[in-house]
Amino acid sequence: MAEARRELKYWEAISEATVQAMEADESVFVFGIGVDDPKKIFGTTKAAYERFGAARVFDTPVSENALTGVAIGASLTGSRPVMIHARNDFMYYCMDQLFNHAAKWYDMLGGLMRAPIVVRAIVGRGWGQGSQHSQSLQALFAHVPGLNVALPSSPYDAKGLFLAAIRGDAPTILIENRKLYEVSGPVPKEPYALPVGKGAVLKKGKDATIVAFSQAVQDALEAAAVLKGAGIDAEVVDPRWAKPLDKDLILSSVKKTGRLLVMDTSWKSYGVSAEVAALAAEHAFSDLKAPVARIALPDMPAPTTQALEKVFYPTVGDVVHAVEKLFGRKRKGATRLRPAAKETFTGPF
Amino acid sequence: MSEKDLKDCGVARETLVTLYSRMLLIRRLEEKIAELYPRQEMRCPTHLSIGQEAVAAGVCSALEKDDTVFLNHRCHAAYIAKGGDIRKVMAELYGKKTGCTKGRGGSMHLVDPDVGVIGASAILAGTIPIACGAAMSYKRKKIKRVAVCFFGDAAIEEGTFFESVNLALVWQLPVLFVCENNGLSTCTPLAKRQVPVPIHERVKAFGMPVAAVDGNDALAVYEAARDAVARARKGKGPSFIEASTYRWLEHVGPNFDWSLGYRSKEEVEDAMRRCPVKTFEERLAAAGILTGGQKTMLRDEISERVEDAARFGKESAFPDPHELLEATDG
Ligand SMILES: Cc1ncc(C[n+]2csc(CCOP(=O)(O)OP(=O)(O)O)c2C)c(N)n1
Repeated sequence: MAEARRELKYWEAISEATVQAMEADESVFVFGIGVDDPKKIFGTTKAAYERFGAARVFDTPVSENALTGVAIGASLTGSRPVMIHARNDFMYYCMDQLFNHAAKWYDMLGGLMRAPIVVRAIVGRGWGQGSQHSQSLQALFAHVPGLNVALPSSPYDAKGLFLAAIRGDAPTILIENRKLYEVSGPVPKEPYALPVGKGAVLKKGKDATIVAFSQAVQDALEAAAVLKGAGIDAEVVDPRWAKPLDKDLILSSVKKTGRLLVMDTSWKSYGVSAEVAALAAEHAFSDLKAPVARIALPDMPAPTTQALEKVFYPTVGDVVHAVEKLFGRKRKGATRLRPAAKETFTGPF
Repeated sequence: MSEKDLKDCGVARETLVTLYSRMLLIRRLEEKIAELYPRQEMRCPTHLSIGQEAVAAGVCSALEKDDTVFLNHRCHAAYIAKGGDIRKVMAELYGKKTGCTKGRGGSMHLVDPDVGVIGASAILAGTIPIACGAAMSYKRKKIKRVAVCFFGDAAIEEGTFFESVNLALVWQLPVLFVCENNGLSTCTPLAKRQVPVPIHERVKAFGMPVAAVDGNDALAVYEAARDAVARARKGKGPSFIEASTYRWLEHVGPNFDWSLGYRSKEEVEDAMRRCPVKTFEERLAAAGILTGGQKTMLRDEISERVEDAARFGKESAFPDPHELLEATDG
């Protein structure tokens, strides 16, 4: 293909995928709090609203619990609802409908029906978003059998995973990180769906494996470049899906390198990083040359003050440091306290 | 709604002056925040209450110190009206360790248990059932306290609101529900989100004592709250107040927002002409309760307190990051 490399921002890729999905399938509609308001979910619903109007892109009452049930009911009767939450945090109100209903409909009812809802769940990390506006709930969603959970880390993935979700039959949660919204990358114009449960090796390497999700992928790639200079050839694996998890891809990389760092954008304990670490312990134990390392959020609600946010969220320096430790090397000085990358997100929302 | 003459309204002069000074303090502090916010030193989502001061001042002036209040994301006004320390507000917005939650919570979580501000949640309707729980505890312990929850018109779209209304009535809890109806949920007007039956009518259908008041009239709010609190203290159960008011600024942040196009500049300016602080000030003057000299003194004192609070916030130290990691990071 000689097509010129076209770049889109992450949010533009979501917007384009939405329009293409709605073009391809009349039963797709988009709803959620503020989807048609002047800000249009950080711009992602603007094009769809302008193109398809209020009949297919509509605002809702602030009733997340009922709305999730509405999405399920619509999905069981031939509609393809896309439900949007500007924050993961608001979705605790959805949990009964998601876990007891959407996730169960297929197996509980003998495989007769599926509830193919698509839920876009945005994470508002940074800039003092704090404990109730910055949570990233992939581990919760992945824990209860019956839901698929995807975490796009680039504009390319944002489009391909959205279209995978909308074309697929399983209820799917897409975790979108606000920190990635302004990131640009190549995105093919034509519609394409990435395969469900398949990840990608984003940088090949032979010395150590970094498995990273969502926004952490960016930090992993940056760290891998720094590590290269320090003589460590790290492989960066993005599983793309927390559920189903691409176990084969992760294990083949770990078996090759013998060293594993897992990075997640949410809490450490009982999280997605723990799942990946357990996978390696169960199936690649004899290949490991060092204990598995993890970088994830400290087990506490996110603080708002910039003084604490700075250390609450890991930095590229932390990643470099953690990989070097897999080789028994120690950096001088506290990389942990390196200043975070420049904030592009300047609030107030 | 017609406004009462303050001279013969039957409310103590002292209370009327308190209503005014609380509104003025809220207004001045919020204006100060709006002035400082663009400097990017206050880094957390901040929802200002400019234009809505009469609701918080009216309700909180009807409460005792050990009555408790439960707030939402737009919590500055009630925190201040309940007697919270404005130095701690400014420090919190600056993310300092002298802030009311030591920089952990930020603007949406102002609390001060010493003056009965027990919770503030950024999750809509989050504190409504929690206030009912506090009220249940007072009832079980036979303490004559009242719990109050403040929330916006959008919060009642969450199921937990109607669940709470029901159980508060069934259990006859000493709780006061205060709906600050500014007609907006972010940018979405009420008519797009709810049935056209007034909110208080819907709640009344449960058998709830309700009052619908002009939320820009601090006295009207005060009187409704005073009566509701008296009923609750006598063991007569919950009440609901719908206070209609208007948000002048953008949903979150320090700016006017008519450029977004969801409401007109004229609409906002019209509301500003009905300013709750200014109209009350005029009524106090007309009733001879506040002389020009007293007004100036009060204004100067409040301005000084606000400047002091801003200075305190800016000059305070940040929390030490090492403490956070030592406490939590394995
Ligand atoms: C459960 C939940 N859903 C959505 C939001 C996002 N949100 C924050 S404020 C707001 C509008 C609130 O309107 P209202 O309750 O009337 O209070 P106001 O902001 O007008 O004071 C919304 C939808 C939230 N904070 N919590």
